[in-house]
Amino acid sequence: MNERTVAVLAGGLSHERDVSIRSGRRLAAALRETGLIVEEWDADSALVARLAARRPDAVVIALHGGAGENGAVQSVLEMLGVPFVGTDAGACRRAWDKPIAKARLVEAGLATPDWVALPQSIFRELGAQSVLDALVARLGLPLMLKPDQGGSALGAHVVRSEVELPTAMVGCLAYSDTVLAERFVDGVEVAVTVIDAAEGPQALPAVEIAPESGVYDYAARYTAGFTTFHCPARLEPAMAKSVADLAVRAHTVLGLRDVSRTDAIVPSDGRPAQFLEVNVSPGLTETSLLPMAVEEYGSTMGAVFRDLIERAIARS
Amino acid sequence: MTTPKREAAVSGRGRRSLDPHLSRYAQRTAGMTASEIRALFAVASRPEVVSLAGGMPHLAALPLDTLATEVQELIATEGLTALQYGSAQGAPALREQICEVMAIEGIRAHADDIVVTVGSQMALDIVTRIFCDPGDIVLAEAPSYVGALGTFTAYQASVVHVEMDDDGLVPSALREALAALASQGRRAKFLYTIPNFHNPAGVTLAVRRRAEILQICATHGVLVVEDNPYGLLGFDGQIYPALRSMESDNVVYLGSFSKTFAPGLRVGWALAPHAVREKLVLAAESATLCPPAFTQAVVSRYLAANDWKGQIKVYREAYRERRDATLAAMEQYLPDGCRWTHPDGGFYVWLTVPEGLDAKAMLPRAVTARVAYVPGTAFYADSFGSRQLRLSFCYPTPERIREGVRRLATVLAGELDLLRTFGSVHERRLPGPQSPSPDTA
Repeated sequence: MNERTVAVLAGGLSHERDVSIRSGRRLAAALRETGLIVEEWDADSALVARLAARRPDAVVIALHGGAGENGAVQSVLEMLGVPFVGTDAGACRRAWDKPIAKARLVEAGLATPDWVALPQSIFRELGAQSVLDALVARLGLPLMLKPDQGGSALGAHVVRSEVELPTAMVGCLAYSDTVLAERFVDGVEVAVTVIDAAEGPQALPAVEIAPESGVYDYAARYTAGFTTFHCPARLEPAMAKSVADLAVRAHTVLGLRDVSRTDAIVPSDGRPAQFLEVNVSPGLTETSLLPMAVEEYGSTMGAVFRDLIERAIARS
Repeated sequence: MTTPKREAAVSGRGRRSLDPHLSRYAQRTAGMTASEIRALFAVASRPEVVSLAGGMPHLAALPLDTLATEVQELIATEGLTALQYGSAQGAPALREQICEVMAIEGIRAHADDIVVTVGSQMALDIVTRIFCDPGDIVLAEAPSYVGALGTFTAYQASVVHVEMDDDGLVPSALREALAALASQGRRAKFLYTIPNFHNPAGVTLAVRRRAEILQICATHGVLVVEDNPYGLLGFDGQIYPALRSMESDNVVYLGSFSKTFAPGLRVGWALAPHAVREKLVLAAESATLCPPAFTQAVVSRYLAANDWKGQIKVYREAYRERRDATLAAMEQYLPDGCRWTHPDGGFYVWLTVPEGLDAKAMLPRAVTARVAYVPGTAFYADSFGSRQLRLSFCYPTPERIREGVRRLATVLAGELDLLRTFGSVHERRLPGPQSPSPDTA
């Protein structure tokens, strides 16, 4: 095992490149501590040639957003027959598109906030005001608006009044051509990492997210100290199990593989936990949630991903 | 179903704030947060993106083989000095040479009144350090250099912006700003000005206004800090008289080799009246002990042994070609409602986009379209500039510049479509300016 060579893919061309670079650097360092030989590669025009010339035993994808999570890079790795840690290309495409993922999970009986997906073109074609009025009539206020694809809370807005809606829509559409509008759920935000193990997918301890500003936006995610985390989340045992089950089911229903992180909301009105979104390439930075969960679980990032690397190699 | 437990079963167990020093930071760190806008510039480094963001000089124009030989000789013959600590004020020989450089712009100075610094950014830092207490007021052009605004923020100074037009700082606006402050019982510590080929606006302070600006500041007891990194980069070889050439007692002049030679050497300077200079030396000493002896020696050798004026001419031609490509492409591609400055030197064009658009809000879309720029709000301390953006033409090739402007035009077209769909974005400005990273400054 000490001779294993691994390529960590990080960077890319998405809006989350900066976060990805930091994730990749941290993961690479963690893997080196386990004795692996690790290189850090960008997903750029040299990648395919590099894979051919210096074929690693496995690739770990630390790309966030865009081609790293929508299945594109995964498709290339599958074409080249390179073992990689993470979800396969088809499942990535399902998970990456939030409306599609939510629809799949609703079919499977999971709870998720009521939603509408609206492409930019429909506002233009039918008239923005009429569509916005219909949206508010359907889902009420407050609303959670997000780009239908993307992470790191980029473009996400909580809208509490109709006056704010056009602004929030434009901010959202800066990141994607389609807006996912959800009924806002007041409650405690939690994140659950799921890791595939020999006995099946396992939920690690949930992380409870408490941003000082009340909004878990980009600054709150990536400025140390702006958010307080509780790991394990401060949930009653029954709710903690419910949240864990939700994440495992999301992982399974969507056909995810190796590692995923489900973000959920535990409503303050006592309703069951609701799925918000799932991430097939969770952040691995100093302020990210997966490393906290791994630490609470009693392991290390290096050990967890080393095992996943072995699983990836074994199935190739 | 029970509600979530709010109190920890065991006090503090599992609680993580990720920054145990949160309660210890100085107030001046309040704005030092992760920024999604700043993070977008990580994408600008990829070759697929035409970056019109960074003010990075066109170093391919340098005679690197010659420089390599000179550096090798330097280490072989003067290594023990060049690699050792040096004078806190900077190498005497270099200070003499700096006097010759400044003489081109009419400045008569004595080498003793020069303090060599780690880039002119450090010179501005120590000037601000010795003059500004928290809450003090600094006057700056509207817009102003993002690196300077960052420095003023770091020292908790308040910035009052003063209007510019196509001829630079407007004297009547300066008078009004000073009068307004006086009526509040307040006074500005200094006026920070970039008179030549302004960063980011690209304009130049008309010669006819220079004496008036100096007179206004003298009357009000306001020091002038003249930042002049681009003064020798007029495309037609034109040299404008430095403010310091017209007034010596009330002007601190900041100079740099970053644009006339290379920024990686980090060699700049401050020229100040004797009493100010003494304090600057002490401030510089406490920051760095001394400026880097090695890179000072490299610069000194370069000035002594090379046709550095000829090199500046090479730079000028390269930047002129790029300026021309930029302006032609803007004329060809940008939609109606855009207007921009027409620099006759330096690195930058300042673009104003049509009414209702927000240059910061559209940056993610620009990155998706593989073009980067710096949003105008970065160049204001007071959230203005949402309709402006800075285009840097110094680094990409003319062909890439044309492609970048074409891409920008498609982004603007998309934004105008959004505007027609959703209405004006004036109310959409995000609160507070967010600065890009230093390499886009």
